[in-house]
Amino acid sequence: MTAMATKCFLNGDLKMPASITVKVNGKEVTEVIKENTLLVDFLRDSLRLTGTHIGCDTAQCGACTVHLDGSPIKSCNILAVQADGAKITTIEGLSTKEGNMHPMQKAFRDHHGLQCGFCTPGMIMSALGILSKSRKPTEAEIREGLEGNLCRCTGYHNIVKAINSGAEAIAKAQE
Amino acid sequence: MYNFSYHRPNNIDSAIAILRKSEDGKIIAGGQTLIATMKLRLAAPSDLVDLGGIEDLKAIRKGTKTLMVGSMATHTQVTTSSLIQKEIPSLSKLASEIGDQMVRNLGTIGGSVANNDPAADYPAAVLGLGATIVTDTREIHADDFFTGMYETCLKDSEIIKHLVFPIPNRSAYVKFKNPASRYAIVGVMVAEFDNGVRVAVTGAGSGAFRIESLETALTKDFSNTSIAGIKIPTDNLIEDMHASAAYRAHLIQVITQRAVQEAK
Repeated sequence: MTAMATKCFLNGDLKMPASITVKVNGKEVTEVIKENTLLVDFLRDSLRLTGTHIGCDTAQCGACTVHLDGSPIKSCNILAVQADGAKITTIEGLSTKEGNMHPMQKAFRDHHGLQCGFCTPGMIMSALGILSKSRKPTEAEIREGLEGNLCRCTGYHNIVKAINSGAEAIAKAQE
Repeated sequence: MYNFSYHRPNNIDSAIAILRKSEDGKIIAGGQTLIATMKLRLAAPSDLVDLGGIEDLKAIRKGTKTLMVGSMATHTQVTTSSLIQKEIPSLSKLASEIGDQMVRNLGTIGGSVANNDPAADYPAAVLGLGATIVTDTREIHADDFFTGMYETCLKDSEIIKHLVFPIPNRSAYVKFKNPASRYAIVGVMVAEFDNGVRVAVTGAGSGAFRIESLETALTKDFSNTSIAGIKIPTDNLIEDMHASAAYRAHLIQVITQRAVQEAK
């Protein structure tokens, strides 16, 4: 066997796949995957949860943001095997069983916080990350919290307004 | 991304054993640089050894006049640790300004220090605070650790366990950010200890470096006026699309003065 063939054998499809068990949006799933599968591809292709988007695929735009054990992370910049045993929440996990929108989703709609909507799932998952640190964030805190999310159509002004209003609605519901 | 064998050992000894056995194994900490590098096929390790399963490496503890920060502590952990906020507030502030909240939730101090990106923030803290890097086999002082752009004196199968930061009398980290990437165009850590002041700069050279002239002046008199007249030489400073060497030299002077003012 040539050196190249050996490398292909070791690194290619003939390798043993890995099995992972994760709790996604409250439901436990076990899947056999290739070890080089990114978490975002696992969510989209294996679980068909296509609400999580792939924008830049280089960990800059934040469209792939999901929550890993409660904290926002970029799912295009982590291997699915690294998430083995974790709890994952995607945009699909936010609405109620009856299909009612999460208050943050509703706030984005009410304040025109989206235009084409491609970045929105990531924006909303990041927004909830901001709220986990500060229940009533200031505008500066919201803008800082969105540093990892890019929107190429609306600009950020209405997104900031939406997050502010969503934060108020969530705080009110918790009172 | 090329495929690889993935390992998630739960202790350092097994991690080292796997690394030694592998053809071209690499350690993955938070993966915030490595995964992106592998996706671009700029790295193609045969094996990935994930340190995420080793609980000991995540701890943050107080020592004698020192703080011990586990290599797998995330930037978020360093930002929110009440111990670090109290003892070395400049370090938690530095961590709070790395990348964005998603990167901070996965990226680790050990990964950043081992990667030694010339514009990363942590190398300035490690050098400026005179930290000691503790690996599975030895203790390395910051002054000997960083050896060049993306280079450190770490051996292939050596693992950083934790970093020991001496607690300064006062310190501050101030950075002038690239507005798009949030990497430092110039970042300065100033730290005052009983035996003198240390000043470390990141973003401006091939790696973090200290500036002796500023240290000597600040050791004599810890004030902005004491360093206002010191000219920073442009030799060895980076010149790129973001800033010229002369502008970086100017920024080092200004940012150091701001850090002196902010030091607490």
